[in-house]
Amino acid sequence: MAKYLLLKHYRGGPTPEVAFPPMDRWTPAEVDAHIKYMQDFAATLEGTGEFVDGQALSPEGTFVRYDGEGRPPVTDGPFAETKDLIAGWMVIDVDSYERAVELAGELSAAPGPDGKPIYEWLELRPFLTAPPTVTE
Amino acid sequence: MNETLLRELIPAVTGVLVRRGADFATAEDAVQEALIRALASWPADPPVDPKGWLVTVAWRRFLDSTRADISRQAREARVDAEPPQGSAEERDDTLHLYFLCAHPSLTPTSAVALTLRAVGGLTTRQIAQAYLVPEATMAQRISRAKRTVSAVRLGQPGNLFTVLRVLYLVFNEGYSGEVDLADEAIRLARQVTSMTDDEEASGLLALMLLHHARRSARTTAGGALVPLAEQDRSRWDTELIGEGVTILRSALARDRLGEYQAQAAIAALHADAQRPDETDWVQIVEWYDELVRITDSPVARLNRAVAVGEADGARAGLIALQQVDEGVPRRTAVEAYLCERAGDLASAARLYADAARAATNVAERDHLTRQAARLNGVVRG
Repeated sequence: MAKYLLLKHYRGGPTPEVAFPPMDRWTPAEVDAHIKYMQDFAATLEGTGEFVDGQALSPEGTFVRYDGEGRPPVTDGPFAETKDLIAGWMVIDVDSYERAVELAGELSAAPGPDGKPIYEWLELRPFLTAPPTVTE
Repeated sequence: MNETLLRELIPAVTGVLVRRGADFATAEDAVQEALIRALASWPADPPVDPKGWLVTVAWRRFLDSTRADISRQAREARVDAEPPQGSAEERDDTLHLYFLCAHPSLTPTSAVALTLRAVGGLTTRQIAQAYLVPEATMAQRISRAKRTVSAVRLGQPGNLFTVLRVLYLVFNEGYSGEVDLADEAIRLARQVTSMTDDEEASGLLALMLLHHARRSARTTAGGALVPLAEQDRSRWDTELIGEGVTILRSALARDRLGEYQAQAAIAALHADAQRPDETDWVQIVEWYDELVRITDSPVARLNRAVAVGEADGARAGLIALQQVDEGVPRRTAVEAYLCERAGDLASAARLYADAARAATNVAERDHLTRQAARLNGVVRG
Protein backbone atom coordinates (compact mmCIF):
# COMPACT_ATOMS: atom_id res chain seq x y z
CA MET A 1 0.00 0.00 0.00
CA ALA A 2 1.87 3.02 -1.23
CA LYS A 3 0.92 6.11 -3.12
CA TYR A 4 2.92 7.37 -6.05
CA LEU A 5 2.70 10.49 -8.15
CA LEU A 6 3.12 10.11 -11.90
CA LEU A 7 4.23 13.45 -13.26
CA LYS A 8 3.78 14.33 -16.89
CA HIS A 9 6.06 17.10 -18.12
CA TYR A 10 5.64 19.42 -21.07
CA ARG A 11 9.38 19.99 -20.83
CA GLY A 12 12.21 18.79 -18.64
CA GLY A 13 13.43 15.32 -17.79
CA PRO A 14 15.64 13.09 -19.92
CA THR A 15 16.03 13.59 -23.66
CA PRO A 16 12.89 12.39 -25.45
CA GLU A 17 13.23 8.89 -26.87
CA VAL A 18 11.24 9.82 -29.97
CA ALA A 19 11.17 13.29 -31.50
CA PHE A 20 7.60 14.47 -31.91
CA PRO A 21 6.04 17.87 -32.50
CA PRO A 22 4.13 19.66 -29.70
CA MET A 23 0.53 18.55 -29.32
CA ASP A 24 -0.89 21.66 -31.00
CA ARG A 25 0.58 20.44 -34.29
CA TRP A 26 -1.11 17.04 -34.06
CA THR A 27 -4.38 16.37 -35.86
CA PRO A 28 -7.50 16.75 -33.69
CA ALA A 29 -8.05 12.99 -33.98
CA GLU A 30 -4.54 12.34 -32.66
CA VAL A 31 -5.11 14.68 -29.75
CA ASP A 32 -8.42 12.96 -28.99
CA ALA A 33 -6.78 9.54 -29.11
CA HIS A 34 -4.06 10.68 -26.72
CA ILE A 35 -6.57 12.09 -24.24
CA LYS A 36 -8.81 9.07 -24.52
CA TYR A 37 -5.85 6.82 -23.72
CA MET A 38 -5.27 8.77 -20.49
CA GLN A 39 -8.95 8.58 -19.55
CA ASP A 40 -9.18 4.87 -20.31
CA PHE A 41 -6.04 4.29 -18.30
CA ALA A 42 -7.57 6.11 -15.31
CA ALA A 43 -10.80 4.13 -15.68
CA THR A 44 -8.88 0.85 -15.78
CA LEU A 45 -7.01 1.81 -12.63
CA GLU A 46 -10.25 2.64 -10.89
CA GLY A 47 -11.40 -0.84 -11.84
CA THR A 48 -8.31 -2.42 -10.30
CA GLY A 49 -8.73 -0.31 -7.17
CA GLU A 50 -5.51 1.62 -7.72
CA PHE A 51 -6.65 5.06 -8.90
CA VAL A 52 -6.51 8.04 -6.56
CA ASP A 53 -6.48 11.21 -8.62
CA GLY A 54 -5.57 12.65 -11.98
CA GLN A 55 -5.43 16.26 -13.11
CA ALA A 56 -4.11 18.23 -16.04
CA LEU A 57 -2.49 21.64 -15.63
CA SER A 58 -2.50 24.65 -17.86
CA PRO A 59 1.01 25.41 -19.16
CA GLU A 60 0.50 29.09 -18.31
CA GLY A 61 1.49 29.69 -14.70
CA THR A 62 2.43 32.59 -12.47
CA PHE A 63 5.13 32.78 -9.81
CA VAL A 64 3.92 34.45 -6.61
CA ARG A 65 5.75 35.51 -3.48
CA TYR A 66 5.29 37.41 -0.22
CA ASP A 67 6.63 40.95 -0.38
CA GLY A 68 6.60 42.06 3.26
CA GLU A 69 4.00 43.11 5.82
CA GLY A 70 1.08 45.08 4.40
CA ARG A 71 2.22 44.79 0.81
CA PRO A 72 0.44 42.84 -1.91
CA PRO A 73 2.11 39.67 -3.16
CA VAL A 74 4.52 40.06 -6.05
CA THR A 75 3.80 38.09 -9.21
CA ASP A 76 6.10 37.16 -12.02
CA GLY A 77 5.90 35.20 -15.23
CA PRO A 78 4.64 33.38 -17.10
CA PHE A 79 8.00 32.22 -18.37
CA ALA A 80 7.79 30.72 -21.79
CA GLU A 81 11.24 29.16 -21.52
CA THR A 82 11.12 27.53 -18.07
CA LYS A 83 13.22 24.39 -18.26
CA ASP A 84 10.83 22.14 -16.38
CA LEU A 85 7.11 22.41 -17.03
CA ILE A 86 4.57 20.07 -15.48
CA ALA A 87 1.61 19.12 -17.66
CA GLY A 88 -0.38 17.08 -15.19
CA TRP A 89 -0.31 14.20 -12.81
CA MET A 90 -1.88 10.97 -11.77
CA VAL A 91 -1.81 9.57 -8.23
CA ILE A 92 -1.93 5.80 -7.81
CA ASP A 93 -2.16 3.57 -4.73
CA VAL A 94 -0.38 0.28 -5.36
CA ASP A 95 1.13 -2.73 -3.62
CA SER A 96 4.72 -2.18 -4.64
CA TYR A 97 7.28 0.01 -6.37
CA GLU A 98 7.46 -2.60 -9.15
CA ARG A 99 3.74 -2.22 -9.80
CA ALA A 100 4.11 1.58 -9.89
CA VAL A 101 6.87 1.27 -12.51
CA GLU A 102 4.74 -1.14 -14.54
CA LEU A 103 1.82 1.29 -14.56
CA ALA A 104 4.00 4.29 -15.40
CA GLY A 105 5.38 2.31 -18.33
CA GLU A 106 1.86 1.63 -19.54
CA LEU A 107 0.80 5.25 -19.25
CA SER A 108 3.92 6.30 -21.12
CA ALA A 109 2.76 4.29 -24.14
CA ALA A 110 0.03 6.90 -24.87
CA PRO A 111 -0.29 7.45 -28.62
CA GLY A 112 0.90 10.53 -30.46
CA PRO A 113 1.16 11.40 -34.17
CA ASP A 114 0.03 8.54 -36.43
CA GLY A 115 -1.28 6.75 -33.36
CA LYS A 116 2.23 5.60 -32.41
CA PRO A 117 3.44 5.65 -28.79
CA ILE A 118 5.44 8.77 -27.95
CA TYR A 119 7.66 6.94 -25.43
CA GLU A 120 7.12 9.87 -23.08
CA TRP A 121 9.28 10.09 -19.95
CA LEU A 122 7.07 10.17 -16.86
CA GLU A 123 8.44 11.03 -13.44
CA LEU A 124 7.54 8.62 -10.63
CA ARG A 125 7.66 10.03 -7.08
CA PRO A 126 6.65 8.19 -3.89
CA PHE A 127 4.45 10.00 -1.36
CA LEU A 128 5.77 10.43 2.14
CA THR A 129 3.44 8.56 4.47
CA ALA A 130 2.27 8.74 8.05
CA PRO A 131 4.68 7.07 10.48
CA PRO A 132 4.08 3.40 11.32
CA THR A 133 2.91 2.63 14.85
CA VAL A 134 5.43 -0.11 15.58
CA THR A 135 8.97 1.09 15.02
CA GLU A 136 11.13 -0.81 17.47
CA MET B 1 -27.46 -2.12 20.67
CA ASN B 2 -24.56 0.04 19.63
CA GLU B 3 -22.86 -0.13 16.28
CA THR B 4 -19.69 -1.75 17.58
CA LEU B 5 -21.66 -4.62 19.14
CA LEU B 6 -23.59 -4.97 15.92
CA ARG B 7 -20.37 -5.16 13.94
CA GLU B 8 -19.10 -7.94 16.24
CA LEU B 9 -21.80 -10.17 14.79
CA ILE B 10 -20.96 -9.64 11.13
CA PRO B 11 -18.37 -12.36 10.52
CA ALA B 12 -20.48 -14.95 12.32
CA VAL B 13 -23.61 -14.06 10.34
CA THR B 14 -21.75 -14.02 7.00
CA GLY B 15 -20.10 -17.28 8.01
CA VAL B 16 -23.49 -18.94 8.56
CA LEU B 17 -24.67 -17.87 5.11
CA VAL B 18 -21.51 -19.14 3.47
CA ARG B 19 -21.79 -22.49 5.24
CA ARG B 20 -25.37 -22.77 4.05
CA GLY B 21 -24.07 -22.54 0.51
CA ALA B 22 -24.22 -18.83 -0.30
CA ASP B 23 -21.31 -17.61 -2.33
CA PHE B 24 -19.14 -15.23 -0.40
CA ALA B 25 -19.71 -12.06 -2.43
CA THR B 26 -23.49 -12.34 -2.37
CA ALA B 27 -23.52 -13.34 1.29
CA GLU B 28 -21.45 -10.32 2.19
CA ASP B 29 -23.81 -7.99 0.32
CA ALA B 30 -26.82 -9.62 1.95
CA VAL B 31 -25.34 -9.11 5.42
CA GLN B 32 -24.63 -5.46 4.67
CA GLU B 33 -28.29 -5.02 3.70
CA ALA B 34 -29.40 -6.75 6.88
CA LEU B 35 -27.20 -4.39 8.89
CA ILE B 36 -28.77 -1.36 7.31
CA ARG B 37 -32.19 -2.69 8.23
CA ALA B 38 -31.02 -3.48 11.74
CA LEU B 39 -29.75 0.05 12.26
CA ALA B 40 -33.12 1.37 11.10
CA SER B 41 -35.44 -0.91 13.03
CA TRP B 42 -33.64 -2.04 16.18
CA PRO B 43 -33.72 1.23 18.11
CA ALA B 44 -37.54 1.06 18.18
CA ASP B 45 -37.88 -2.69 18.20
CA PRO B 46 -34.81 -4.51 19.54
CA PRO B 47 -34.74 -8.23 18.79
CA VAL B 48 -34.38 -10.84 21.53
CA ASP B 49 -31.71 -12.66 19.55
CA PRO B 50 -29.79 -10.11 17.47
CA LYS B 51 -27.67 -12.67 15.68
CA GLY B 52 -30.65 -14.88 14.84
CA TRP B 53 -32.45 -11.82 13.51
CA LEU B 54 -29.52 -10.85 11.30
CA VAL B 55 -29.12 -14.40 9.99
CA THR B 56 -32.81 -14.60 9.10
CA VAL B 57 -32.93 -11.22 7.38
CA ALA B 58 -29.62 -11.69 5.56
CA TRP B 59 -30.58 -15.18 4.43
CA ARG B 60 -33.92 -13.93 3.04
CA ARG B 61 -32.09 -11.15 1.33
CA PHE B 62 -29.67 -13.66 -0.16
CA LEU B 63 -32.53 -15.84 -1.38
CA ASP B 64 -34.26 -12.84 -2.91
CA SER B 65 -31.13 -11.81 -4.71
CA THR B 66 -30.54 -15.26 -6.14
CA ARG B 67 -34.15 -15.26 -7.36
CA ALA B 68 -34.35 -19.00 -7.22
CA ASP B 69 -37.97 -19.03 -6.29
CA ILE B 70 -38.57 -22.72 -6.64
CA SER B 71 -35.62 -23.87 -4.63
CA ARG B 72 -36.31 -21.05 -2.22
CA GLN B 73 -39.08 -22.91 -0.44
CA ALA B 74 -36.84 -25.89 -0.05
CA ARG B 75 -34.05 -23.68 1.28
CA GLU B 76 -36.37 -21.94 3.71
CA ALA B 77 -37.58 -25.29 4.93
CA ARG B 78 -33.97 -26.11 5.57
CA VAL B 79 -33.45 -22.85 7.44
CA ASP B 80 -36.32 -23.69 9.75
CA ALA B 81 -34.79 -27.07 10.36
CA GLU B 82 -31.37 -25.63 11.19
CA PRO B 83 -30.36 -26.51 14.71
CA PRO B 84 -29.45 -23.59 16.97
CA GLN B 85 -25.88 -22.50 16.48
CA GLY B 86 -23.41 -24.46 18.53
CA SER B 87 -20.55 -22.34 19.70
CA ALA B 88 -17.88 -24.50 18.06
CA GLU B 89 -19.63 -24.35 14.72
CA GLU B 90 -20.16 -20.63 15.00
CA ARG B 91 -16.52 -20.18 15.79
CA ASP B 92 -15.49 -22.15 12.73
CA ASP B 93 -17.78 -20.11 10.48
CA THR B 94 -16.36 -16.87 11.78
CA LEU B 95 -12.77 -18.01 11.52
CA HIS B 96 -13.40 -19.29 8.02
CA LEU B 97 -14.42 -15.79 7.05
CA TYR B 98 -11.20 -14.33 8.43
CA PHE B 99 -9.24 -16.89 6.41
CA LEU B 100 -11.15 -15.98 3.24
CA CYS B 101 -10.58 -12.26 3.70
CA ALA B 102 -6.85 -12.75 4.23
CA HIS B 103 -6.50 -15.49 1.65
CA PRO B 104 -2.95 -15.81 0.26
CA SER B 105 -4.29 -15.30 -3.28
CA LEU B 106 -5.03 -11.66 -2.37
CA THR B 107 -2.46 -8.88 -2.34
CA PRO B 108 -1.95 -7.36 1.12
CA THR B 109 -3.77 -4.19 0.04
CA SER B 110 -6.82 -6.15 -1.11
CA ALA B 111 -6.81 -8.40 1.93
CA VAL B 112 -6.79 -5.39 4.23
CA ALA B 113 -9.72 -3.78 2.42
CA LEU B 114 -11.77 -6.97 2.35
CA THR B 115 -11.09 -7.77 6.00
CA LEU B 116 -12.18 -4.32 7.14
CA ARG B 117 -15.33 -4.57 5.07
CA ALA B 118 -16.43 -8.19 5.48
CA VAL B 119 -15.32 -9.00 9.04
CA GLY B 120 -14.89 -5.47 10.35
CA GLY B 121 -18.23 -4.33 8.95
CA LEU B 122 -16.91 -0.90 8.01
CA THR B 123 -18.54 0.82 5.07
CA THR B 124 -16.66 1.25 1.82
CA ARG B 125 -16.70 4.99 2.41
CA GLN B 126 -15.09 4.63 5.83
CA ILE B 127 -12.36 2.36 4.48
CA ALA B 128 -11.73 4.67 1.52
CA GLN B 129 -11.42 7.62 3.87
CA ALA B 130 -9.06 5.76 6.17
CA TYR B 131 -6.72 4.91 3.30
CA LEU B 132 -7.10 8.23 1.48
CA VAL B 133 -8.41 6.89 -1.81
CA PRO B 134 -11.68 7.70 -3.61
CA GLU B 135 -14.70 5.65 -2.61
CA ALA B 136 -15.14 4.34 -6.18
CA THR B 137 -11.59 2.98 -6.15
CA MET B 138 -12.10 1.29 -2.80
CA ALA B 139 -15.40 -0.20 -3.96
CA GLN B 140 -13.62 -1.76 -6.94
CA ARG B 141 -10.76 -2.97 -4.79
CA ILE B 142 -13.22 -4.73 -2.50
CA SER B 143 -15.33 -6.26 -5.24
CA ARG B 144 -12.26 -7.57 -7.07
CA ALA B 145 -11.04 -9.11 -3.83
CA LYS B 146 -14.44 -10.74 -3.33
CA ARG B 147 -14.32 -12.17 -6.82
CA THR B 148 -10.84 -13.53 -6.21
CA VAL B 149 -11.80 -15.41 -3.07
CA SER B 150 -15.24 -16.52 -4.22
CA ALA B 151 -13.54 -19.45 -5.95
CA VAL B 152 -11.98 -20.58 -2.67
CA ARG B 153 -13.74 -23.69 -1.49
CA LEU B 154 -15.28 -23.97 1.94
CA GLY B 155 -13.48 -26.30 4.25
CA GLN B 156 -9.98 -25.61 2.94
CA PRO B 157 -7.59 -25.27 5.81
CA GLY B 158 -7.12 -21.63 6.66
CA ASN B 159 -3.88 -19.75 7.05
CA LEU B 160 -3.83 -17.95 10.36
CA PHE B 161 -0.49 -16.36 9.57
CA THR B 162 -1.95 -14.23 6.77
CA VAL B 163 -4.87 -13.21 9.00
CA LEU B 164 -2.45 -11.97 11.66
CA ARG B 165 -0.36 -10.23 9.01
CA VAL B 166 -3.42 -8.34 7.75
CA LEU B 167 -4.40 -7.24 11.26
CA TYR B 168 -0.82 -6.13 11.90
CA LEU B 169 -0.92 -4.03 8.70
CA VAL B 170 -4.21 -2.42 9.73
CA PHE B 171 -2.78 -1.59 13.16
CA ASN B 172 0.48 -0.28 11.80
CA GLU B 173 -0.90 1.87 9.02
CA GLY B 174 -1.11 5.00 11.07
CA TYR B 175 -3.64 6.77 8.88
CA SER B 176 -6.79 7.82 10.55
CA GLY B 177 -10.12 9.06 9.39
CA GLU B 178 -13.48 8.80 11.06
CA VAL B 179 -12.62 5.21 11.94
CA ASP B 180 -9.73 4.50 14.28
CA LEU B 181 -7.81 1.74 12.51
CA ALA B 182 -5.71 0.91 15.57
CA ASP B 183 -8.84 0.36 17.66
CA GLU B 184 -10.37 -1.64 14.84
CA ALA B 185 -7.29 -3.87 14.53
CA ILE B 186 -7.33 -4.49 18.28
CA ARG B 187 -11.03 -5.35 18.20
CA LEU B 188 -10.49 -7.87 15.40
CA ALA B 189 -7.38 -9.31 17.06
CA ARG B 190 -9.40 -9.84 20.23
CA GLN B 191 -12.02 -11.70 18.24
CA VAL B 192 -9.42 -13.92 16.51
CA THR B 193 -7.70 -14.60 19.83
CA SER B 194 -10.99 -15.65 21.38
CA MET B 195 -11.47 -18.22 18.62
CA THR B 196 -8.04 -19.87 18.52
CA ASP B 197 -5.44 -21.11 20.98
CA ASP B 198 -2.71 -19.81 18.74
CA GLU B 199 0.21 -18.27 20.67
CA GLU B 200 1.02 -15.87 17.86
CA ALA B 201 -2.54 -14.52 17.77
CA SER B 202 -2.13 -13.75 21.47
CA GLY B 203 1.34 -12.37 20.80
CA LEU B 204 -0.05 -10.00 18.18
CA LEU B 205 -2.85 -8.82 20.45
CA ALA B 206 -0.32 -8.22 23.25
CA LEU B 207 1.93 -6.32 20.84
CA MET B 208 -0.93 -4.09 19.77
CA LEU B 209 -2.06 -3.38 23.32
CA LEU B 210 1.47 -2.56 24.49
CA HIS B 211 2.02 -0.12 21.63
CA HIS B 212 -1.46 1.34 21.88
CA ALA B 213 -0.74 2.07 25.53
CA ARG B 214 1.87 4.63 24.47
CA ARG B 215 -0.35 6.30 21.94
CA SER B 216 -1.02 9.60 23.68
CA ALA B 217 2.68 10.00 24.50
CA ARG B 218 3.89 9.22 21.00
CA THR B 219 3.18 12.57 19.35
CA THR B 220 3.13 16.18 20.49
CA ALA B 221 -0.04 18.25 20.27
CA GLY B 222 1.36 19.58 17.00
CA GLY B 223 1.75 16.07 15.61
CA ALA B 224 5.55 15.78 15.90
CA LEU B 225 6.97 12.37 16.69
CA VAL B 226 8.27 11.88 20.24
CA PRO B 227 11.00 9.19 20.41
CA LEU B 228 10.52 6.46 22.98
CA ALA B 229 13.30 7.77 25.22
CA GLU B 230 11.68 11.22 25.40
CA GLN B 231 8.08 10.16 25.93
CA ASP B 232 6.26 11.20 29.09
CA ARG B 233 5.84 7.72 30.54
CA SER B 234 3.22 8.87 33.03
CA ARG B 235 0.93 9.16 30.00
CA TRP B 236 1.28 5.52 29.09
CA ASP B 237 -1.95 3.58 29.67
CA THR B 238 -1.10 1.20 32.52
CA GLU B 239 -4.33 -0.74 32.13
CA LEU B 240 -3.54 -1.64 28.52
CA ILE B 241 0.04 -2.48 29.50
CA GLY B 242 -1.21 -4.77 32.26
CA GLU B 243 -3.56 -6.54 29.90
CA GLY B 244 -0.89 -6.88 27.20
CA VAL B 245 1.65 -8.29 29.64
CA THR B 246 -0.84 -10.82 31.03
CA ILE B 247 -1.79 -12.05 27.56
CA LEU B 248 1.86 -12.22 26.54
CA ARG B 249 2.89 -14.17 29.67
CA SER B 250 0.34 -16.88 29.12
CA ALA B 251 1.32 -17.16 25.45
CA LEU B 252 5.05 -17.36 26.25
CA ALA B 253 4.36 -20.00 28.93
CA ARG B 254 3.24 -22.37 26.18
CA ASP B 255 6.74 -22.23 24.75
CA ARG B 256 5.94 -21.82 21.07
CA LEU B 257 7.71 -18.61 20.29
CA GLY B 258 6.99 -16.58 17.17
CA GLU B 259 7.75 -13.13 15.82
CA TYR B 260 4.76 -11.34 17.34
CA GLN B 261 5.44 -12.76 20.80
CA ALA B 262 9.09 -11.71 20.50
CA GLN B 263 8.12 -8.19 19.41
CA ALA B 264 5.58 -7.99 22.21
CA ALA B 265 8.23 -9.11 24.70
CA ILE B 266 10.43 -6.21 23.59
CA ALA B 267 7.53 -3.77 23.93
CA ALA B 268 6.81 -5.21 27.41
CA LEU B 269 10.41 -4.63 28.52
CA HIS B 270 10.12 -1.00 27.46
CA ALA B 271 6.84 -0.77 29.34
CA ASP B 272 8.54 -2.11 32.48
CA ALA B 273 10.97 0.80 32.63
CA GLN B 274 9.67 3.77 34.63
CA ARG B 275 12.50 5.85 33.21
CA PRO B 276 14.49 5.29 29.99
CA ASP B 277 17.70 4.55 31.96
CA GLU B 278 15.94 1.69 33.75
CA THR B 279 15.42 -0.14 30.44
CA ASP B 280 16.76 -3.68 30.48
CA TRP B 281 18.63 -3.43 27.17
CA VAL B 282 20.55 -6.66 27.74
CA GLN B 283 17.30 -8.62 27.77
CA ILE B 284 16.02 -6.61 24.81
CA VAL B 285 19.11 -7.61 22.81
CA GLU B 286 18.35 -11.25 23.67
CA TRP B 287 14.82 -10.87 22.32
CA TYR B 288 16.14 -9.28 19.14
CA ASP B 289 18.47 -12.27 18.78
CA GLU B 290 15.35 -14.47 18.91
CA LEU B 291 13.54 -12.22 16.45
CA VAL B 292 16.47 -12.32 14.00
CA ARG B 293 16.58 -16.11 14.38
CA ILE B 294 12.82 -16.43 13.68
CA THR B 295 12.42 -13.89 10.89
CA ASP B 296 15.91 -13.30 9.51
CA SER B 297 14.55 -9.83 8.82
CA PRO B 298 16.89 -6.91 8.04
CA VAL B 299 14.63 -4.62 10.07
CA ALA B 300 15.06 -6.87 13.12
CA ARG B 301 18.85 -6.77 12.61
CA LEU B 302 18.72 -2.98 12.40
CA ASN B 303 16.71 -2.65 15.60
CA ARG B 304 19.03 -5.14 17.26
CA ALA B 305 21.96 -2.84 16.45
CA VAL B 306 20.15 0.00 18.25
CA ALA B 307 19.62 -2.23 21.28
CA VAL B 308 23.26 -3.38 21.24
CA GLY B 309 24.26 0.30 21.16
CA GLU B 310 22.29 0.87 24.34
CA ALA B 311 23.39 -2.33 26.07
CA ASP B 312 27.10 -2.38 25.21
CA GLY B 313 27.84 1.14 24.01
CA ALA B 314 27.64 3.00 20.73
CA ARG B 315 30.85 1.45 19.33
CA ALA B 316 29.39 -2.04 19.77
CA GLY B 317 26.19 -0.81 18.13
CA LEU B 318 28.12 0.45 15.11
CA ILE B 319 29.84 -2.94 14.82
CA ALA B 320 26.45 -4.68 14.96
CA LEU B 321 25.25 -2.28 12.28
CA GLN B 322 27.88 -3.64 9.89
CA GLN B 323 25.75 -6.79 9.63
CA VAL B 324 22.84 -4.77 8.26
CA ASP B 325 22.58 -4.28 4.49
CA GLU B 326 23.21 -0.76 3.23
CA GLY B 327 19.82 -0.46 1.56
CA VAL B 328 17.68 -1.19 4.63
CA PRO B 329 15.33 1.74 5.34
CA ARG B 330 16.27 3.79 8.42
CA ARG B 331 19.78 2.32 8.53
CA THR B 332 21.35 5.74 8.01
CA ALA B 333 19.18 7.21 10.78
CA VAL B 334 20.42 4.51 13.16
CA GLU B 335 24.02 5.08 12.10
CA ALA B 336 23.59 8.81 12.73
CA TYR B 337 22.22 8.13 16.22
CA LEU B 338 25.05 5.74 17.10
CA CYS B 339 27.70 8.12 15.71
CA GLU B 340 26.38 10.90 17.91
CA ARG B 341 26.47 8.62 20.94
CA ALA B 342 30.02 7.66 20.01
CA GLY B 343 30.97 11.35 19.98
CA ASP B 344 31.41 11.80 16.23
CA LEU B 345 29.07 14.78 15.90
CA ALA B 346 30.15 15.93 12.44
CA SER B 347 29.48 12.52 10.88
CA ALA B 348 26.23 12.25 12.83
CA ALA B 349 25.01 15.61 11.49
CA ARG B 350 25.83 14.61 7.92
CA LEU B 351 24.17 11.18 8.35
CA TYR B 352 21.04 12.69 9.90
CA ALA B 353 20.69 14.97 6.88
CA ASP B 354 21.16 11.99 4.52
CA ALA B 355 18.62 9.99 6.52
CA ALA B 356 16.09 12.84 6.36
CA ARG B 357 16.34 12.90 2.57
CA ALA B 358 15.68 9.15 2.46
CA ALA B 359 12.86 9.13 5.03
CA THR B 360 9.58 7.63 3.84
CA ASN B 361 7.29 9.46 6.24
CA VAL B 362 6.86 13.09 7.11
CA ALA B 363 7.12 12.86 10.89
CA GLU B 364 10.37 10.91 10.67
CA ARG B 365 11.81 13.27 8.07
CA ASP B 366 11.01 16.27 10.26
CA HIS B 367 12.50 14.56 13.31
CA LEU B 368 15.72 13.70 11.44
CA THR B 369 15.98 17.20 9.98
CA ARG B 370 15.75 18.66 13.50
CA GLN B 371 18.49 16.31 14.69
CA ALA B 372 20.76 17.37 11.81
CA ALA B 373 20.05 21.05 12.51
CA ARG B 374 20.73 20.61 16.25
CA LEU B 375 24.08 18.87 15.63
CA ASN B 376 25.14 21.32 12.92
CA GLY B 377 24.53 24.06 15.49
CA VAL B 378 26.77 22.26 18.00
CA VAL B 379 29.48 21.51 15.42
CA ARG B 380 29.57 25.15 14.28
CA GLY B 381 29.83 26.11 17.95
